[in-house]
Amino acid sequence: MVFSRLFRRRAEPEPKIEAGLKKTRRGIFKDIANLFERSEITEDLFEDLEALLIQADLGVETTLELLDNLRDRIDRERIKQPADAREALRTEMIALLENATRNRKIKIYQRGVPFVILVVGVNGTGKTTTIAKLAKYHQDQGRNVMLVAGDTFRAAAIDQLKVWGERLKVPVIAHDPGADPGAVVFDGMQAAYNRNADILLVDTAGRLHTKYNLMEELKKIRKVMQRHVAEAPQEVLLVIDATTGQNGLVQAKKFAEAVEITDIAIAKLDGTARGGIAFAIARELGTPISYVGTGEQVTALAEFNPVTYVDALFFGEEEEL
Amino acid sequence: MFETLSDRLTAVFQRIGNKGRLTEQDVDEAMREVRRALLEADVNYKVVRDFVSAVRERAVGEEVLKALTPAQQVIAIVRDELIKILGEERVPLQLAQVPPTIVMVVGLQGSGKTTHVAKIANLLKKEGRRPLMVAADVYRPAAIDQLQTLGGQIDVPVYSEGTKANPIDIAKNAVKLAKDRGYTVVLIDTAGRLQIDEPMMQEVERIAEAVKPHEILLVADAMTGQEAVNVAQEFHRRLALTGLILTKMDGDARGGAALSIRSVVGVPIKYIGTGERIDAVEPFYPDRLASRILGMGDVLTLIERAQAEITEEESRALEEKVLAGQFNFEDFLNQLQQIKRMGPLTQLLEMIPGIGQALRQQQVQISDDEFKHIEAMIFSMTPEERRNPDILKPSRRKRIAAGSGTSVAQVNQLVNQFKQMQKMMAQFGELAGGAGGRRGLRGLMRSRQALAGLGDADLEALMQQGAFPPGMGNPALGGPTPRKATNSPKKGKSKKKKSKGRRR
Repeated sequence: MVFSRLFRRRAEPEPKIEAGLKKTRRGIFKDIANLFERSEITEDLFEDLEALLIQADLGVETTLELLDNLRDRIDRERIKQPADAREALRTEMIALLENATRNRKIKIYQRGVPFVILVVGVNGTGKTTTIAKLAKYHQDQGRNVMLVAGDTFRAAAIDQLKVWGERLKVPVIAHDPGADPGAVVFDGMQAAYNRNADILLVDTAGRLHTKYNLMEELKKIRKVMQRHVAEAPQEVLLVIDATTGQNGLVQAKKFAEAVEITDIAIAKLDGTARGGIAFAIARELGTPISYVGTGEQVTALAEFNPVTYVDALFFGEEEEL
Repeated sequence: MFETLSDRLTAVFQRIGNKGRLTEQDVDEAMREVRRALLEADVNYKVVRDFVSAVRERAVGEEVLKALTPAQQVIAIVRDELIKILGEERVPLQLAQVPPTIVMVVGLQGSGKTTHVAKIANLLKKEGRRPLMVAADVYRPAAIDQLQTLGGQIDVPVYSEGTKANPIDIAKNAVKLAKDRGYTVVLIDTAGRLQIDEPMMQEVERIAEAVKPHEILLVADAMTGQEAVNVAQEFHRRLALTGLILTKMDGDARGGAALSIRSVVGVPIKYIGTGERIDAVEPFYPDRLASRILGMGDVLTLIERAQAEITEEESRALEEKVLAGQFNFEDFLNQLQQIKRMGPLTQLLEMIPGIGQALRQQQVQISDDEFKHIEAMIFSMTPEERRNPDILKPSRRKRIAAGSGTSVAQVNQLVNQFKQMQKMMAQFGELAGGAGGRRGLRGLMRSRQALAGLGDADLEALMQQGAFPPGMGNPALGGPTPRKATNSPKKGKSKKKKSKGRRR
């Protein structure tokens, strides 16, 4: 698990998300390969592609735009062979996803200032698991990590984070269930200073983006953080479930409005989900997508990379199962 | 973000012109929009394809009824077909003749299994049954604690053997215990699993074999995309599901996944999860979900909630006052509190056709905190002032502002809007009296049939007149600005008016 592009001063090999995505491709590579196994590029090909992309959760608009771009490229480059059209589609898909990496900010760690990561999302997307993975990653980089149990609402959410804390041997700052999340975060910030934490990972309760009050609560948490560190939270991470349909776009938009999302993580990519929502987000919002979660193991987290993402999900080789 | 289907269809038919019979061309154009609406609601691609061709077949050549525009006619057909797929009637949980009934809850990670086990246990308990919840998720950290915490909240026992035990043994032992101790329903919470995770799927199969559940319910997130079908199919193939629970329906996801699952797997949808509170679970009504998938609002649920929260006497007393033009701040305060009991305001407004849409488009933010300000102002009034707002002279208003932590301008606004509302209510009273009946408010709240037949435009008119609980009907009070709440929905709503009434 390496985030070579995300974090400065690291020269490490390219991450491999294919490994984590093994289970994902069942069927789809073959479908794509079959599509292009025809003698010429016909209108049928585009129709089949449309079906395939929509079924991968790219959404109608994004699919149509992608196909328009593909047609343009085919015309422009005078592509005649279906195999070349396949390569052109791959190029277009990668180009589209690059919208989601272009605006990434380099993360800078300052000595003596906790780097605060606020993790948000709707219910059940995998926030807590993602936090555990990030904690593990930063810990492996030799950083001093601390967790804050900001989900004081859901039954046993605090316990869940504490279990991770014990497994990873990372301190967890927590209050009792039902406490004010702002107060827990306040204590977390202070503890981070007192105990010289490099990374402070803040869990929050899952909230639907349609709940105004809960979105306001996030703003408050942010303010509490800024009382201690002006630039905190240096990272605001939105976790989106890879199986999410078109609602994922609305989620990204609404959370971005409320708390200035700096990064998105696409979680649960180990299922059969095609993760097409990443394309829709890249096209419409351009919010940086930084991580993909690929399983329940604590190391199953990779840096989001358009090329590997597209290849791992759409253009890989069928594996013997 | 999404235009409503009815708006789009109306535009399509405006372009082709209004004719007496739906031609093939009309229908094809319309079906393109229907297809898109369904895909945007995350209905599975293949399901959409079959659905659209079925609707097309039925619609071509159909005569446009006099009362309808072609757009309305198409919507009526689409809605009708949707309801057919979703299942015409609601299917309750099947209880075994010889207890205990064994219910197993399965699904992907994060779909809401544990929460819904507790919600259903709570429902069953209220029906007078003796549920036992079983913590068979030994993998996710603190899953057992979660079920135990919820069990404590609803006072339902939880059977657990910790995380070291084997889920199959846990389930077996729990059923045995239930038989010994006379629990009538056993609800087994299983771990979240991917449908392609072979060892985990085998495990869940073995649990089912061991305890032979009467019901195996799949919990599906309303926000799920195209994969919903594959997930459900695989679980169904392995376990022979008996029902679905659709969760997170309190958000703005259209819930197309439910339609896909229903049409491919064929099992009925038994419950709808509508929030994080333990009582936020509702029975499933196909017609409501159909409207929602099409972006048409959900008035019936709203009415039902109002019925559940506002007692007969309360509404009768209120009606008398309204009719007599004596509605005062005390009544208003009561009304506010009743609305608050019905759920968050945003959620309520979402259910009114067109309004949810308008709110999203205009990005109006409605906060229940507004209620707090209004409440604070009313709390700062003397009983006399509450009963007789006319005596609110500037010095009194100043005191109220100081007492409630608001400004005099806010108090003025409240008083003025309240007076306007009073005026409208008086008009409404005259109207109701003039119609010769005393049906008015109470009749409205009570009669679901009447409402099902009531056009949206009528509803809007009623809202503007203040027939709905104040504060909702007059959005300026605790709601968005009136312009936003009343103007924009009109467009789509008046056109839909008759299609609703025609439906049955």
